[in-house]
Amino acid sequence: MTQFTGKVWLLGDDIDTDIIIPTEYLALPGVEDMKKYAFSPLREELAGQIGQGDIIVAGKNFGCGSSREQAPEIIKQLGVRCVIAKSFARIFFRNAINNGLLLIESGGLRDDVAEGDVITVTMGEKIQAGGKDYPITPLPENLMDILNAGGLVKAMQARNGV
Amino acid sequence: MGHTLIEKIVMRNTGEPSVSPGEIKTVKVDRVMIHDIFIPFVVDKFREMGFQKVWDRDKVVLIYDHLVPTSAVEDVRHFKIGDAFVKEQGLEHFHRADGICHQLMPEMGYAKPGNIVFGTDSHTTTYGCVGCFSSGIGYTEMAAVLGTGEMWIRVPETIKVVINGKLPKGVYAKDIILRLIGDLRADGATYKVLEFSGSTVEEMSVSSRMTISNMAIEAGAKAALFAPDEKTCAYSGVKMEDVDWLYADEDASYCQVMEYRAEEMAAVLACPSQVDNIHNVSEMAGTKLDQVFIGSCTNGRLEDLAVAAKILKGKKVAPFVKLIVTPASRSIYQEAVKEGYIRILAEAGAIVTHPGCGLCCGRACGILTDGERVLATNNRNFLGRMGTSKVEIFLGSPATAAASAAAGYITVPEQE
Repeated sequence: MTQFTGKVWLLGDDIDTDIIIPTEYLALPGVEDMKKYAFSPLREELAGQIGQGDIIVAGKNFGCGSSREQAPEIIKQLGVRCVIAKSFARIFFRNAINNGLLLIESGGLRDDVAEGDVITVTMGEKIQAGGKDYPITPLPENLMDILNAGGLVKAMQARNGV
Repeated sequence: MGHTLIEKIVMRNTGEPSVSPGEIKTVKVDRVMIHDIFIPFVVDKFREMGFQKVWDRDKVVLIYDHLVPTSAVEDVRHFKIGDAFVKEQGLEHFHRADGICHQLMPEMGYAKPGNIVFGTDSHTTTYGCVGCFSSGIGYTEMAAVLGTGEMWIRVPETIKVVINGKLPKGVYAKDIILRLIGDLRADGATYKVLEFSGSTVEEMSVSSRMTISNMAIEAGAKAALFAPDEKTCAYSGVKMEDVDWLYADEDASYCQVMEYRAEEMAAVLACPSQVDNIHNVSEMAGTKLDQVFIGSCTNGRLEDLAVAAKILKGKKVAPFVKLIVTPASRSIYQEAVKEGYIRILAEAGAIVTHPGCGLCCGRACGILTDGERVLATNNRNFLGRMGTSKVEIFLGSPATAAASAAAGYITVPEQE
């Protein structure tokens, strides 16, 4: 049973892909160059504060807007262990799984936790925060396969024997 | 239990006798569309995954539109990589300057009724106008589809949208979809399909349906479907008997039903800076404008240019206001020349540009700066979409745009 613990960064509803990485930085050579601008329209200092293993907890419709895949790639590069939100926009959801970024839908958690709280996730089972349990629905098997492979590129490499 | 349009398309594709929302299915992809902005990324990932050849070269369409013609030296790289990939893979379906991808896919018959199509752009929902299940995906996923021809999907729930009656004068398909987005909000249809029906929809041209399916993603929708009819068949070049399986059953199950009377619709605007911030044009009337844009895959078609030409005939664009007109495709451009619309618009003082994404994707053709205000017919008014983040963007119909361009301020189109 995979279990991990991380520090919470709290965000609101409708965090769009232009907030996660503004268009003006998309022409930079790589995700490494872009990541310091993550979330800059909303919280300029946030990208520098997020540490390895931290957890983003957000409201509804996280990742709405364009199909830019740099959005989940950057969040992963910042060291974020997983994003927990009330709901995710569809294209972002697929892009995140394909890049090996774990997403968890939870309706109740966002309104109960505070920034800086430390929470524990038991994969496919529950989130523990402030002495309370929040059940989570396991991801479908085919998505877990992609995540466990480390993303879609690695899954395809395994398929193609690369 | 009956089935919705999306369920029927998935059943037909997979050969399964029945599917239900929530089930994960692997579908065979009928066509993919890759646009210039993401071509280098798709090609990189395709190679990194260890693929050599695309699964079926007839099913791959490459379209250059966001960067046509180039406006920065780095843009050329995208064309070079795209051209090389076309040659290497022996692709026959590519368009280097023929118009916007979402216009060309149904127009050229690449996306047909009952097909399943994926594209690298979020507005791929557009092809639902002809009853095609089409949706946007990221470049990594596109690379995998190019190699395998398959894609997993979760069978979505459907929201049924029924619109009956006759639209008032001065009110168009654009006003309907904006109103709907305002009612659903930006996430109201996330993971879901919008299925349209009713006498208003039946009366509509395929072009008007395209305006509606194009913007479904602004409510988060995975697809927006219209059952094919005679008009669809004429447009897509298919026979009615070949698509007569594609209709929604009366006892199909919907997660939500929304009903509208067309007579109660009004000309509306999406106000800065969310697409679901909807107000009647009359509430905003008199707001001064610096620029008006008529174009995009939402509203750059012949009927849109015809409406604008009718309103602007014999008139002039207001002093100090720029009117930019961008036909959605080369064939629309040619038709608009033939019909005299382009002459009327040029005489009115419009800046008519080549077909392409132009101002809508915020890279060229009329970028604005702090404090400026634009009324545009495209699909997004996010912060910074058409220049700096202090530009105010209003979205409306071509009629509202044309009437406002002549006045120099936001104006309710004539209701006669």
